[in-house]
Amino acid sequence: MAMLSFERKYRVRGGTLIGGDMFDFWVGPFYVGFFGVTTVFFAALGTVLIIYGASQGPTWNLWQINIAPPDLKYGLGPAPMMEGGIWQIVTICAIGSFVSWALREVEICRKLGIGYHVPIAFSAAILAYVTLVVIRPLLLGAWGHGFPYGIYSHLDWVSNVGYQHLHFMYNPAHMIAVTFFFTTTLALSLHGALVLSAVNPAEGEKVKTPEYEDTFFRDTIGYSIGTLGIHRLGLLLAINAGVWSAICIVISGPFWNRSWPEWWDWWLRLPIWF
Amino acid sequence: MNIWTGLLAVVAAFLTVAMFAMADWDLPPVDNNQTGFRGTAMVQIGDIERLAEGVAANQVPEPPWELDTSGPRASEVYENVPVLGHLSSDQFDRLMAAITEWVSPEEGCAYCHNEENLASDDVYTKGVARRMLQMTWDINTNWTDHVAQTGVTCYTCHRGHPVPQNVWYKEEEPGPTGGWAGYTAGQNTVSVGLTSMHTDPFTALLGDYGEIRVEGLDALPSDHVVSIQDTERSYALMIHMSEALGVNCTFCHNTRAVQEWAQSTPQRMTAWHGIEMVRALNIEHLDPLQPVFPPSRLGPLGDVAKTYCTTCHQGVQKPLNGDSMLGDFPSLSAAPP
Repeated sequence: MAMLSFERKYRVRGGTLIGGDMFDFWVGPFYVGFFGVTTVFFAALGTVLIIYGASQGPTWNLWQINIAPPDLKYGLGPAPMMEGGIWQIVTICAIGSFVSWALREVEICRKLGIGYHVPIAFSAAILAYVTLVVIRPLLLGAWGHGFPYGIYSHLDWVSNVGYQHLHFMYNPAHMIAVTFFFTTTLALSLHGALVLSAVNPAEGEKVKTPEYEDTFFRDTIGYSIGTLGIHRLGLLLAINAGVWSAICIVISGPFWNRSWPEWWDWWLRLPIWF
Repeated sequence: MNIWTGLLAVVAAFLTVAMFAMADWDLPPVDNNQTGFRGTAMVQIGDIERLAEGVAANQVPEPPWELDTSGPRASEVYENVPVLGHLSSDQFDRLMAAITEWVSPEEGCAYCHNEENLASDDVYTKGVARRMLQMTWDINTNWTDHVAQTGVTCYTCHRGHPVPQNVWYKEEEPGPTGGWAGYTAGQNTVSVGLTSMHTDPFTALLGDYGEIRVEGLDALPSDHVVSIQDTERSYALMIHMSEALGVNCTFCHNTRAVQEWAQSTPQRMTAWHGIEMVRALNIEHLDPLQPVFPPSRLGPLGDVAKTYCTTCHQGVQKPLNGDSMLGDFPSLSAAPP
């Protein structure tokens, strides 16, 4: 991948959080940095461990490979490798690589002198993951409450955790999280469609300016959030989707261990009903 | 900020405070019990304080006095004792004293007996009690797949109340709501377990032999057609069972395939026998008592009080924490030979 002529201008030294100049270089298009190295280290180790775990399991079927967390009896201690220990190390590797990636984004932001919006947004996703495999298990008292690493197995886990609360759709934070996920996709599809419509005018016409885009939505729904605003909205919706999913799972078990329909009793007990 | 925005903010703040303050939240640590392979989330998570309350609220009462099976038979000492005549008169008196304690501690003997003449069958409750003794024998003899050797006594359901507190009657379906929602098919009102599912899953599924299994077993498209109403009725029954026992769905089912016996826990087998038992009790023992009861004891549609899981379980996995009272009251374990 050849570098574009103007790209060199943005490849400035400095801005690193750790390691000084040591890893301050690029490999092809990729900035390396100390956190690039740690990302590769953790990602590679985690992947190798998953493959090793799969080799010790009953199947190579990609759908069915399962790296399961320990039994609850190990509590918050380390488990033997073949009984959840691999899951524990893979979890450390995953968090190591996700956080490294976020910090590498921070370093790039610093080099460019731009805001930290991207690493902050990615942190919401990391938070959701860490909530599932660290915070909630800590609150419940055992690593065994984390979800297993496997395509089918993690879906089975999700199903059972949902049914532990009889009907998870009654979880208020889950309602909010799902709403944010759907609204994110709605906003992105509206935004994408609008931009494409403006830059794909009819044969022989010029590409349209943002004023046309604004007018489309003013005519349609009476309001246009604007070219910058739609990106603020997108960030807000997406971060909320991640944060509310973290909230909806962390309250399920540690703070509410009965059925979610039952939680709504507070509504029926409000002093406004006669 | 206009008045409506302000009003909306006040309502939102009120509801937020209400849901934090009024919902019955728990705090860690919690009780954990793993019932399946690691990582499958086959786990019961419980509120430690609530579990302790459940244990405390389901204690077995002390028997009135030491059991003595010798001496003359009740049938020789008393008149008109068709079902308990084979007991010694002391054992008979002891059982009567216990039943009074279990069923009508406030009303006393007069709840079932004409106090002028204890042998008389004037009071309808005496006939009911006789039938209930036969039902107890039936349960302890023919339904050991559900009650095991623990068995049941009058106290398992009654707990000091003449009518067990956890019973059900047939209910009229909620009428149309008016407006565009129209016919509700028994849904969309607060029902079993505070869900908005079917308001009465019991008439068809526990008062009768309605089909509980609704899940299709073939890949789509398939000929398997079950209505949403029937599906949610089964779901509502399952929610009832869960609430009755204080357990979640994974107590019996691995929800990746709820219908698969091979992937279910052994408890599902016990529960299946429980469903069959409840149906049999309602149909064979309780429904036939309908003409005996005065109208005040019948439900809004004129049917008798019937049993479901909560009648005995009352929020704990094993009624009375699994403590058997039959050791103290062997006369209740089986009908006379």
